[in-house]
Amino acid sequence: MQTETRSEQFQPPSLIGTLLRKLHIDIPLLIGLLLISILSFVVLYSASGQDMDVLMRQGARVGLAFFLMTALAHVDPYQFKRYSALLFGIGIVLLVAVLILGQIGKGAQRWLDLGFFRFQPSEMIKITTPMMIAWYLSEHPLPPRAKHLFIATVLIIVPTLLIAKQPDLGTALLVASSGAAVLFFAGLSWSLMIAIGITLAGLTPVLWHFMRDYQRDRVHTFLNPEADPLGRGYHIIQSKIAIGSGGIHGKGWLGSTQSELDFLPESSTDFIFAVFAEEFGLFGCVGLLTLYLLIIARCLYIASQTKDTYCRLLASSLAFTFFVYVFVNIGMVIGVLPVVGVPLPLISYGGTSIVTLLAGFGILMSIHTHKKFLTHS
Amino acid sequence: MSRFYTIKDNRVENRLFLNRIIAAFILILLLSSGLIVRLVYLQIVGHEHYATLAKDNSIKIEPLVPTRGIIYDRHGKVLAENTQSFSLELIPEQIPDLDDTLIRLQKLLDIPEDKIEQYQRQRKRQKRFTSTALLIGMTDEEIAKFAVVRPYFPGVDIKTRLVRNYPYKELAAHVLGYVSRINEAEMKTLPAAEYRGSTHIGKLGIEAAYETQLHGKTGYAEIETNVQARAINTVNSVAPDPGANLYLTLDIDLQKTAYDALEEFNGAVVAIEIKTGGVLVFASRPGFDPNPFVVGIANDAYQALQASDSQPLYNRALRGLYPPGSTIKPFLALAGLEYNAIGYENKHFCPGYYQLPNVTHKYRDWKKGGHGSVNMNEAITESCDVYFYSLASVLGIDRMHRFLQQFGFGEKSGIDLIGEKTGLLPSQEWKRQQKKQAWYPGETLITGIGQGYLQVTPLQLARATATLANHGKVVTPFLVDKIISAHSTSPGPETHLGALALSADNVNKVITAMANVVHSDHGTAKSIGKGIPYQIAGKTGTAQVFSIKQDEKYNENSIEFKLRDHALFIALAPVHDPKIAVAVIAEHGGHGGSVAAPIAGKVIKQFLEESHAD
Repeated sequence: MQTETRSEQFQPPSLIGTLLRKLHIDIPLLIGLLLISILSFVVLYSASGQDMDVLMRQGARVGLAFFLMTALAHVDPYQFKRYSALLFGIGIVLLVAVLILGQIGKGAQRWLDLGFFRFQPSEMIKITTPMMIAWYLSEHPLPPRAKHLFIATVLIIVPTLLIAKQPDLGTALLVASSGAAVLFFAGLSWSLMIAIGITLAGLTPVLWHFMRDYQRDRVHTFLNPEADPLGRGYHIIQSKIAIGSGGIHGKGWLGSTQSELDFLPESSTDFIFAVFAEEFGLFGCVGLLTLYLLIIARCLYIASQTKDTYCRLLASSLAFTFFVYVFVNIGMVIGVLPVVGVPLPLISYGGTSIVTLLAGFGILMSIHTHKKFLTHS
Repeated sequence: MSRFYTIKDNRVENRLFLNRIIAAFILILLLSSGLIVRLVYLQIVGHEHYATLAKDNSIKIEPLVPTRGIIYDRHGKVLAENTQSFSLELIPEQIPDLDDTLIRLQKLLDIPEDKIEQYQRQRKRQKRFTSTALLIGMTDEEIAKFAVVRPYFPGVDIKTRLVRNYPYKELAAHVLGYVSRINEAEMKTLPAAEYRGSTHIGKLGIEAAYETQLHGKTGYAEIETNVQARAINTVNSVAPDPGANLYLTLDIDLQKTAYDALEEFNGAVVAIEIKTGGVLVFASRPGFDPNPFVVGIANDAYQALQASDSQPLYNRALRGLYPPGSTIKPFLALAGLEYNAIGYENKHFCPGYYQLPNVTHKYRDWKKGGHGSVNMNEAITESCDVYFYSLASVLGIDRMHRFLQQFGFGEKSGIDLIGEKTGLLPSQEWKRQQKKQAWYPGETLITGIGQGYLQVTPLQLARATATLANHGKVVTPFLVDKIISAHSTSPGPETHLGALALSADNVNKVITAMANVVHSDHGTAKSIGKGIPYQIAGKTGTAQVFSIKQDEKYNENSIEFKLRDHALFIALAPVHDPKIAVAVIAEHGGHGGSVAAPIAGKVIKQFLEESHAD
């Protein structure tokens, strides 16, 4: 509600409007993203114990991410399509490289050290997987046939398993759902989806067998957090206390007691929603969720206005994955989903996910602002 | 395979896609509503409940620390136990003025300054609401003094804690190790949940190697507290899972015999049960009393241990590196036979020295004037150096390296302790890499009598002897025989038994020669062979600590103790069916035959008599 009124008030002068159009920026989306970024600083300031250093570092990352978004928005979507397979291939190779290095280093490894920064191939694959699936399916008539479905499924499973092996269950889940989203938007039949759902449920014991101990612990904890109140369950219990004690109106900005007293762990990263909920209450939570939904609605609108198959599959998948992000994070913080390492998009402290997310929005903007060029295909 | 070009039907695709967008949005709205329902439940329905919890003044979760597992020896004697002890504990959150309280307590109970400092360090690592001990092991008098004034000390209480106790003190300190306060570095790496209430952790020996099993699983209690934050009621609790008890293969009585037999010498004795690999004796002398480490050893006492010349903290059996001296000879003799480099009966003339062709340097025998003409049996019995110079020269360093490696020299034995040394088994390759130098033939010769670069641990020596006694079936030494927890009994470490391809005949020849070391009139350890109803096969060794010049005579009496040779002995018994292998090192003991062999003799005697009685 808030954003609608704001966006109406925000009528950019024609000069700026022209400029933004030249930059291939989608204004409603930009406003939504900026609002949520500002909100992120507000919450982070409180969650970090009023640490300006944290804000400065986050500011630098957000700046970089917005820059990348603008740059990608400028790229003709035809280029994304053209290089989809190549980028996906590179991503897979890098994932394998990370796994091998991890084997040598004996431990979980998720990044490649490039000297000046640490690059996480799993972040890149979050975008290149839907690109790859969208490209592959767009080459064939829709709805996809069994053979194409099969190949697309394999293309999703490979990066998912590689990331799950790192082990990074949260990211693996996001990659899998981004690929699955493409299949869904491509018109995977409902009956098949139900069948897959049942099969997956049947496969759960098998998956359980392959899970690492700490991953099993998380599931245990999720099913019964009270069973381990000193360890894993501690996060969930404390997070529920923080959220519940916030009530309808919240304790006000900087008013959270649970994170300050050090009861709430990871309060500025994965569990930041608990701080938000404690300080801004149910009203704040609904408001934040609405803001997310408006962004997602805008993205889905962009997808619906796109004629090119590749572009709209990719756009809709990115939009849906963004929602999965929100849902999984809030779901785990409020104790309805198991704890997997997924940050609250655009709000949690930490750089890599923000950069990837805004890169995705850059692609969406590119698709929206370059539509004309692709209608003939 | 024929290929069809299907024409894309844009209208169908468009409709399908729009439907899916709408379906997706509906799904998103539904799931979001689900989140909101849950938030309503937490923030409206559950608000009061959670708000009370958040005030953190009614219910606290307290860890219930599991009792640490007990360590027993092979006959069930207690080596490490938990005894009750009273400690003075403070909960900073409940103390109005901590500094003032500490000053008053210090005056009341006469607490030394370093205890206060230790407490302060400890406290800073803990949450404000956790209880931290200021004094451990309070005397009755201290308890009485505090009890009287307790009302004036809110947040201070006497608690009973279990304190680890090692009844055998210095006798088994190295093998058992000890528990001590968790330090900052450990705090970071330990699983926080499991150690939330634990104060101590195994630092060395069995206590460290089996930390996970001994520690057990932490339980918890949800405790309701009153306004003064004193516990008034336990709402709910899950009992801790006590740590598993360990049954060692160690025989503490045998260990005592070995330790006492070393008398004034520093050194180590390792005895292994050949058939299993179970370690019977793992003694390192001097030992130290591990008990002060449990309660926090005073700084000056610790400094004294560290600074002592005899290095009591040093686990010689596991980490001591010594030249094996002549104890290496049986293994090299076997190498000679296995590689067909020499015949058992081949005679070699020993004039008292050995010379390489075209080199003037004389490699001397320990016996001035030499042993005359000796075969392998005589060379081992009398420990003729010249015979082994010659054998080493024929074998060459790389074959010696390869053969000795099979017996576990130059590598860890895999015993279930942390910090084992690998020793050093030289080769041409090793010298090129480590010293950037070529290998000299003279170095091969001295390796042949167990000197030079060669370095072994007492454990390696005992293991190699056991493997020899086992006719090449490799023995992996281990200490923990059984791990018994509340739910299960499991065996100790897995021992992977490989077997060396050795000729039984060759092994028997070498063992026979070793039996002559103890039982023939010329044997270097004949003193221990008298009056025993079984046969021991052994080999003496005397390891040079420093080298004597060409023309100097080694005079035991005139030489400073620190420079005297180390005395070594390896043995297996009984010869017809070996049960025990022993390695003894007495630092600066002089002669292997007179000092080290009797120690092994005592250990073997006691073990065989005991197992006979069984």
